[in-house]
Amino acid sequence: MKQKTIGNETRINRWGYFFVLPFVLVFLLFNLYPTFYTFMLAFTDLRGLRVDFKFSGLDNFVKLVSDQYFWGAVGNTFIIWGWNFFPQLGIALLLSIWLSDIRLKLKCKGFFRAVVYMPNLLTAASVALLFRSLFGYPGGPVNQFLNETLGIYHTGVIDGQQVQQAFNFFRDVTMTRGIVAFIQWWMWYGNTIIMLMAGITSISASLYESAVVDGANSRQTTWYITLPMLRPMMLYILVTSMIGGMQMFDIPFLLTDMRGAPDFKIRTSIVYMYNMAFQGRNDYAYAAAISIGVFLITIILSLIIFFFLQDRSDLKKKHVGGTK
Amino acid sequence: MKSANSALNVKRFFIYIFMVLLVLIAIVPIYLLLINATRTNAQINAGISLIPGTNAAYNWHALTSRSFQITQGFFNSAYLAVMMTLFGVYFSAMTAYGLHVYTFKGKRALWGAILIIMMLPSSLSFIGFYQFVAKLHLLNNYIPLIVPTIASAGTVLFLRQYLQSVLSMELVDAARIDGAGEFRTFNTIILPIITPAVAAQSIFSFVGSWNNFLTPFVLISNTKKYTLPMLVQMLRGDIYRTEYGGIYLGIAVSLVPIIIFYAFMSRFIISGITMGGVKE
Repeated sequence: MKQKTIGNETRINRWGYFFVLPFVLVFLLFNLYPTFYTFMLAFTDLRGLRVDFKFSGLDNFVKLVSDQYFWGAVGNTFIIWGWNFFPQLGIALLLSIWLSDIRLKLKCKGFFRAVVYMPNLLTAASVALLFRSLFGYPGGPVNQFLNETLGIYHTGVIDGQQVQQAFNFFRDVTMTRGIVAFIQWWMWYGNTIIMLMAGITSISASLYESAVVDGANSRQTTWYITLPMLRPMMLYILVTSMIGGMQMFDIPFLLTDMRGAPDFKIRTSIVYMYNMAFQGRNDYAYAAAISIGVFLITIILSLIIFFFLQDRSDLKKKHVGGTK
Repeated sequence: MKSANSALNVKRFFIYIFMVLLVLIAIVPIYLLLINATRTNAQINAGISLIPGTNAAYNWHALTSRSFQITQGFFNSAYLAVMMTLFGVYFSAMTAYGLHVYTFKGKRALWGAILIIMMLPSSLSFIGFYQFVAKLHLLNNYIPLIVPTIASAGTVLFLRQYLQSVLSMELVDAARIDGAGEFRTFNTIILPIITPAVAAQSIFSFVGSWNNFLTPFVLISNTKKYTLPMLVQMLRGDIYRTEYGGIYLGIAVSLVPIIIFYAFMSRFIISGITMGGVKE
């Protein structure tokens, strides 16, 4: 692969160390050491304004396993991620197939892709604040649109009397979770479209040609060629989205009260970690245990996803390769 | 044939409606933001409008008069984003070049480590990182935000893949025969060659640091050093409760620069996403 350099090769190769040295030093100091330090702190009782700590064995982990708030936060994270991910993949699949369809010859593809990708680059913190204002109670633009333009009201009961009023979105668990999931979807499905379209472009055209010669219609080519060939890409999107989803923070943190209101139901695992470490008791040791717990859950789920989905995609690949 | 064509037209028609709907969903929140940033409270309360108001100057005053230093925040964000991008991309290019061109002990281990770091969620080291920075007395300092970008695993991976596809060793050898030192070769010959990949990474790195919220939010408590997302976060507070226009304007200040930049660079940015494949 690499050509031999002339003469004093080892002397030149020694330069390699200088080129990677800054990376290695910074990595050891600001990445590897803090990671080990997190693991160590998880076995201590460091909290509050103290700087000293005692080792407390597995106490934090014992507490973690039976902490219903932790599992509640993990559950919230999954519900919100799922509500965002499945519509995201579904809509992105439909659009990437349509946009890549040569028979449909859709116009303005580039413009469309550019516009729906745009939210992905926006500051998540600001986006959270924007939607907080848009869904505001009682006079946010969404309520104005629902109440005044469409005439849809929330029917509440005050003193035994039915009254029509504006929606107080952030008091309602389902709606608040729905808004977080919607924002996540809004910010990420454009990215998924671009990834899937890149996957479709890389499928060999000869597969489609031979299928068309054999009399396949567009539904059949989509079902039997595009979707199976996109499997590895979809698997990649699923895993990266799940890993990213487990780290969800900015939007659920800033959309309501920084503690996952209403009723802690949009408190994601990382928001919970933040709440433990930097608010109230400043329980750094327990927060460290939470981050390790989240990490373990992420690893286990990634392995499960690969175990269940990887095998079949390998079989499909072999199968397609065989008919070629 | 004709009926097949008209069936295709019907399908096309519905797809276009769906696409228009999605474009509206992408644009309307931003459009409402810009409109409401220029309107008075009374106008905002009165209902939705598609026409801008004329109250931007008052909103700006309402926003900045409460010791809300958004101009300062803007420059803090810009400074940090520039520094983090320069450090991150330059040293990543150096690392990628070192891994690509030289053979040395531990090279495979380092490459393996880079692939593993990419998979690790940043929250895993977060508490340890915070405690470490506190011990170094570097809270309220930009150093712990800037320096760690030197070890950006994702950027190294991306740039190394690009180097593998564009760089021929003959070029490096030719430079050596001409007597150029190794660093000089890197700076004057290699960097210009990988400019497209460096530019793409710089954009993502810049936008990433511009948007970064959690780390600065935890490390920085001096409001003079706040970045834009941290300032915007303060708009949740009670003192702004009645200044709707001001709140919208504050949010707009953090979003509009990215939107303008994106309007010019969208083609390049979108091709950059799949250039290296991997992006959170």
